Amino acid sequence: MSELPSQDVDLIIIGAGPAGLAAAISARKNGLKNLVIIERNGWLGGILPQCIHDGFGLERFKEQMTGPEYAQRYVDELKRLKIPYMLDSMVLEITPEKKVFVSSPKGLFYFGAKAIILAMGCRERTRGQICIPGTRPAGVYTAGVVQNLINLKNVMVGKDVVILGSGDVGLIMARRLTLEGAKVHVVVEILPHTNGLPRNIQQCLIDYDIPLLLSHTVTEIHGQNRVEAVTISPVDKDLNPIKGKEQKITCDTLLLSIGLIPENDLSKNFGVKLSQVTGGAIVDENLETSVSGVFACGNAPCS
Amino acid sequence: MSSRCEVLVIGAGVIGCAIARELAKFKIETVLVEKETDVGSGVSKGNSGVLHTGLYYPKKSLKAKLCVEGRLMFPELAKQLDVPYKLCGKHVIARTEEELEDLESLKAVGEGNGVRGLEIISGEELKKREPHLDALYALYSPVAGIVPPYLFTIALAENALNNGVKVHVNTQVSAIKQVNSGYKVTTNQGVFHADLVVNSAGLFADKISAMIGIDDYKLYPCRGEYLILDKNCRDLINSMVYPVPPKIAGVLGVHLTPTLDGNILIGPSEEFINEREDTRTTKEKIRQLIDGAKSLLPSIPLNQVIYSFSAVRSKITSPEEKGSRDFIIQEDVENFINMIGMESPGLTSSPAIARLVVQMIKKKMDLKEKTDFNPIRRRITPFSEASRTEQTSLIKANPAYGEIVCRCEQVSKLEVLDALNNPISEKTISAVKYRTRAGMGRCQGGFCLPKIVEILKEEYGLSPEEIKLKNLHSPMFIGETKDLRESKKSE
Repeated sequence: MSELPSQDVDLIIIGAGPAGLAAAISARKNGLKNLVIIERNGWLGGILPQCIHDGFGLERFKEQMTGPEYAQRYVDELKRLKIPYMLDSMVLEITPEKKVFVSSPKGLFYFGAKAIILAMGCRERTRGQICIPGTRPAGVYTAGVVQNLINLKNVMVGKDVVILGSGDVGLIMARRLTLEGAKVHVVVEILPHTNGLPRNIQQCLIDYDIPLLLSHTVTEIHGQNRVEAVTISPVDKDLNPIKGKEQKITCDTLLLSIGLIPENDLSKNFGVKLSQVTGGAIVDENLETSVSGVFACGNAPCS
Repeated sequence: MSSRCEVLVIGAGVIGCAIARELAKFKIETVLVEKETDVGSGVSKGNSGVLHTGLYYPKKSLKAKLCVEGRLMFPELAKQLDVPYKLCGKHVIARTEEELEDLESLKAVGEGNGVRGLEIISGEELKKREPHLDALYALYSPVAGIVPPYLFTIALAENALNNGVKVHVNTQVSAIKQVNSGYKVTTNQGVFHADLVVNSAGLFADKISAMIGIDDYKLYPCRGEYLILDKNCRDLINSMVYPVPPKIAGVLGVHLTPTLDGNILIGPSEEFINEREDTRTTKEKIRQLIDGAKSLLPSIPLNQVIYSFSAVRSKITSPEEKGSRDFIIQEDVENFINMIGMESPGLTSSPAIARLVVQMIKKKMDLKEKTDFNPIRRRITPFSEASRTEQTSLIKANPAYGEIVCRCEQVSKLEVLDALNNPISEKTISAVKYRTRAGMGRCQGGFCLPKIVEILKEEYGLSPEEIKLKNLHSPMFIGETKDLRESKKSE
C-alpha cells in the first residue's frame, strides 16, 4: 500500500450534507485544525441543492429560505473557516483501525483518523424492497430521484403521475410536478394517517386539488415498456389489500415516497452497531457509536 | 436493406450467441438477428445463472449429454472470454427420511450421466459446511457452479462480432421463405438471404418454425419469478441450496443461489401463462418464494429483498403433461435447424449445443477454418474487483476510474462509458446495468441514475426523450422540464 498517498488527520467527516458541514464548522470553531470532509458528489450541501422549495432555516436562522440558500450559509461559513474538503470522492472502505480509503479522479487516497464522523445521510426505499408486483417498465421512480432529475438535471419524468406514500418528499414532488405541468392523479398512503407535515398537506396537495387516499396502496404496476397504469387497492387494518376493491388508474409515472434508510453500509463493515429497527447507527448522548471515536450525525444515526 | 450470408442465426440468447461465436471460427458470413435491443434480453438474463452438473436428465438424453459436455467446456471458454464464474458446489437437501431415496436416485442418475464427485452427506456434515442450514441429508455436487448469465451472453456476442459475425439488434423476423438458394428472411430491418438458418428464437422458436411451415411445435410459456437479497446476506450460504425436486412439475423447485456478486437469488417459481412476454411478478408467487426460501433456510432475512423479477421458460410440455422433455435440435427442413424447448440446462449446455449445431452445419456446407480467429475477448477491469494497489494505477492511467457512479456496486465512470460504447446494444440504462452492475445494488439506481442521465446528456448529447430504459419503446423522460410547462401554456 506504500504507493497510496496517505495522510493522518484528527477528524474525517464523511458526507458534506447539512449534518457533515455543521459538524465540520463546529469542530473547527472548537479548535480542531486538522480535519477533512469527504463528499461523493461534485458539490457541497448534499441533498439540499435539489430541495428548491422553501421552509428551511426557520429554526436555525429564523428565516424562511430554500434548500440551496440554506446550504449556502453553511458552505460560506465552511469556506470562511478554510476547512478542507474533497469532492467527487467516494469512501470505499473504513477499517476497524480507522483507516479510510477514498477514491477520486485525482487518485486513491487513504487517511488515518483519530476520529470519524459518519454523516452519510440516507437513501430512499425502493419498489424492489417492498416488492410491488407487476411489470418493470420505465416510469417508476423514487421521489428524491425525481427531485434530482427535475431540479438539477432539467428532465421531466412524465405527464400523468400517481404517488405512493405521503412522506414529505412525495408531497413536495406532487406540487413540483403539478407546477411543471404534470397531472398528479392521486397520492396513495397505506397507513390511515399521513406521514407528511400538515403544512405540506395543505400547501402541496389541498392547494392544488390533489386527492390523498389513505389506507390504500399500489398492488400492481402495468405496462411492458413504460408505465401504463397502476392498480390501487384499499387495505384492511393489517395493511393487507382488500380483494375485489381494486381500481386501475391510467398513468405514465409512479412516484415512490415510501421511506428513507440511513446510509450505513460503510459503518457496518467496520463494526459500528446498527439499530435493527431503523438501520441507523446506535449512538450515545454524544452521538458516539459503538466504536470509540466514531460518531454519527444527521440521518445516519438511529434517533 | 438486403444482405446475403451463409448462415443466419435467429435469436441472440445465450445459445444463439454461442452458435454465432462458434461459426465465427469459419470463413463464412454469419448474421445474428435479435428482436430486442440487446443480446440476452429474454430468459438468458432471467435465470439462476447456474452451471448444472447433470443430475436431473435421463441417461443418453441430449440434456444429459450437452449439459455435462457444456460444463466441461465452460472453464476454458470463460477464460478466453474473461467471464467470471465460480464452482461453488451445490447441496440438494433432504428434510425427511423419504427424501433420502430421492437423493440416492439423483446421485445414481448423475453418476450415470458421468458427473463426478457426487456424495451424500449427513446433516451434521452439512452443518459444518453450511452452518445456517438444517437437513437430515444432502447430496453434494462439487462441480456445480455459478456465472452471471448476461455477462456470458454479452461476451459470446462481442467475441463473435470481433471475429466478423454481423449482429443486428432491434431486428424482428416477420417471414421466412424457402427459395432456390436457401432462405429469404424478412425482418423489420430489411431482407436477409441465407443458405442456412438456425432457429434459436427461444420462447418464439415455434413461431419461427411455423414461418417455414413446420407448425406442429407448440411452446408453453412458463414464468419463473425471483427475489434478490442484499449483499448483507452473503455469508448465509456458501453453496447453492436446492430442495429435492418437486415430483411432478418438471422444474427444480425454489432454490437459493449465491451469486458471484454476493447477492442471494431466491427462485424460481413456476407458472404456466398465456402471454409469452408477460414477465410480471405477482403477489402470490412472491409469497411462495418467501415460503420456499424460509423452508430451506429458516433464518433468511426477507426484509433484505432488494428486487424481484421474472422471466419465461419455453417448455414443450403442456401444463397437463407436467414434467420435462428433451431438447429438440434438428434439421427439420433442408438447411433449417430448429431448436425447440431450450429450457434448463440451456445456459450450461450452450457451448456444447453450439459445437453440435456447427457439426450439423459442417455436413451441409464446406466450412473452412479461419486462420485469424481470435478467441480472446477482454472486458475492462471492474474497479470493484481490483486491489487497492491496482485501483491506484487504474486511476492514474485514467481518472474516470476514480469517479464512482454506482455507489452500491462501486462502478466507476470509466466502466459506464465503456458499457455505453459497447458495440451491440443501444445506449440504454439496461445496457449499462447488465454490463457494469450499475443500478443492481441496494439503492436500485437512486444514486447512479441521475449520474448516468447526466453522462448521456452531456457526453453523448442525448435529449431526455432519447434516453431509454431497456429498448427503443421505453422512454425514461418526456422532455426537458420546460417543454411540458410551455405546451400547457400554449393550449
